[in-house]
Amino acid sequence: MSAAMTMKLVHCLSFSAVVLLAACACAQDAEPDTAAALSLDTIPPAPVTGLSARDYIDNSDAGDKIELTWALSPDDGGGTNDVVSYQLWRSGGVEAEWDSLATAAAGETRYVDETAEPGVDYHYGVAAFDGTSYSERMSFGPVAGRANFFQFSRMSVLVLMLVFFGMVLVFTKLAERGAELFVRRIPGLNAIEEAVGRATEMGRPVLYVPGIGEIDNIMTIASLTILSHVAKITARYETPLIVPTARAVVMSAAEEVVKEAHAAVGKPDGYNPDNIRYLSDAQFAFAGAVNGIMLREKPAANLYMGAFWAESLLLAETGFEAGAIQVAGTAMVSQLPFFVTACDFTLMGEELYAASAYLSREPKLLGGLKGSDWMKVLSITIMTAGIVLYLLNPDNAFVAWFASQ
Amino acid sequence: MMRRQIPLALCFIFGVFMTIQYFIPHHTIADMQERVLMWLQTLLAFAFLLGTVSLIKLHYHKIRNRADDRGYSFVALTGLVTMMALGFFHPQHNLPGSPFSLMFLNVQVPIEATMFSLLAFYIASAAFRAFRARTLEATLLLVAACIVMLGRVPIGDMIHEGIPQATRWILEVPNLASKRGVMIGVGLGMMATSLKIILGIERAWMGGGD
Repeated sequence: MSAAMTMKLVHCLSFSAVVLLAACACAQDAEPDTAAALSLDTIPPAPVTGLSARDYIDNSDAGDKIELTWALSPDDGGGTNDVVSYQLWRSGGVEAEWDSLATAAAGETRYVDETAEPGVDYHYGVAAFDGTSYSERMSFGPVAGRANFFQFSRMSVLVLMLVFFGMVLVFTKLAERGAELFVRRIPGLNAIEEAVGRATEMGRPVLYVPGIGEIDNIMTIASLTILSHVAKITARYETPLIVPTARAVVMSAAEEVVKEAHAAVGKPDGYNPDNIRYLSDAQFAFAGAVNGIMLREKPAANLYMGAFWAESLLLAETGFEAGAIQVAGTAMVSQLPFFVTACDFTLMGEELYAASAYLSREPKLLGGLKGSDWMKVLSITIMTAGIVLYLLNPDNAFVAWFASQ
Repeated sequence: MMRRQIPLALCFIFGVFMTIQYFIPHHTIADMQERVLMWLQTLLAFAFLLGTVSLIKLHYHKIRNRADDRGYSFVALTGLVTMMALGFFHPQHNLPGSPFSLMFLNVQVPIEATMFSLLAFYIASAAFRAFRARTLEATLLLVAACIVMLGRVPIGDMIHEGIPQATRWILEVPNLASKRGVMIGVGLGMMATSLKIILGIERAWMGGGD
């Protein structure tokens, strides 16, 4: 081999070595990207199995709930263990498009669709998702939500309500047949006639505030029944009765009640429609206006009966400062302390509802009071039994059932 | 006769319906209930007109008859007419910065806030009377109130760590028990009254009683 040939061979080898080294260097520089490309998960997770859908199980819905259940994908908690969530779809038919419904977390095997139209057939689809790709979508259908005609979870309420109504009706019948029904003395109600008498002697009006509740509030209705009795007394004594209201419908009802009361005692001319006043729907505007009436027209007796909120103390304290005799009655537990503090007498809770029967002494109405009393006895008995059974055995079936209601 | 029978019949029908709908989850009943409530809202809106007419009539009579307190009536009517005019006739009256919004936010809201704030002073004066320890009950109330008040502020814990615990016990045991007792009575009273009204046993709410 000539020297020239030898040199050429050395150059070739050197060049090859340089190219090889350069290639190796390039390969080393490119290693991270190549590794990422190699680790990209292009394999979808295994699909879920056992997908099923059915009308919601507690039979208490309006037909708008469908319950879906499935078994976990083999890659959720096992296999490649890379499932991050399950995608749920819903369609209105086999040919209809799938709409995304919700996403359930990995490990979940149940979902309740609460947006179904009652009676409409739906198909549901579920696929596992590993953060990159979805598994094959498994589907189930058709299934429709069925509207139910009875809410079984409210069975205990129905039973107790029927028992209670039965007691009220039985005692009402007994009272109608002349049975003597004892009713304890309620000083607050006795004080109403006394307060009206005092206002009559002083020649000053009586102020009756039926609360700020709307006419659909049962406290307002109870207040109107008391107003009827108060209006009869004031009509008999020819004492002005001022009734400020915060609701227009209550004003209309109060007008009717007071007018009828005047007619009932044979003094229809004594009715003054200007004394039944609508003031304002705004809570504190109403309170301010009533306070104005107390300070300008100086009623000798203030009666607050009905639903009251924060304005209760504003009214009662102003009445106290004005020197009026005050009787209040409300079933708003949070306002009772204010009335107890600022008024001469307070009807507490249920006494508001007992007032009509107590004042009229009508046997039919007294029957309702007796029914309530016996229902209280029953309630206390059930509660005591529950407490004793719980203390004996916290896992008692009766206690568990009662707690679930 | 019909003047009483029709309201009683309507009361019975709607009373029974609203009672049974509580137990029936079927959408037909839910739709009917929604419709009834919509009717109620419509009726209430119309009744609002009655209230406004009554308000205007009352204050107009006071001004016309030159009553001593007619100045208040003048202010009430001026406020009513101004706000109605701004509400009805000003375009975009509910946008921020409109005269209606300015009047509402800068007049009505502060006045109502002032009334509400007065409550703090009224609570103080009522508490002063209630806490005068003249009887055993009033003394117990005073002691309980002092413990609760101290237990609800940081200084209570600084005085003694048992004060917040005593506060919690007072609120969660005797206080809650008595509240629940009242609430059970209220619930039963409400149900008995509702039943008597639905069945027409109690009629005083319609006026005249029997």
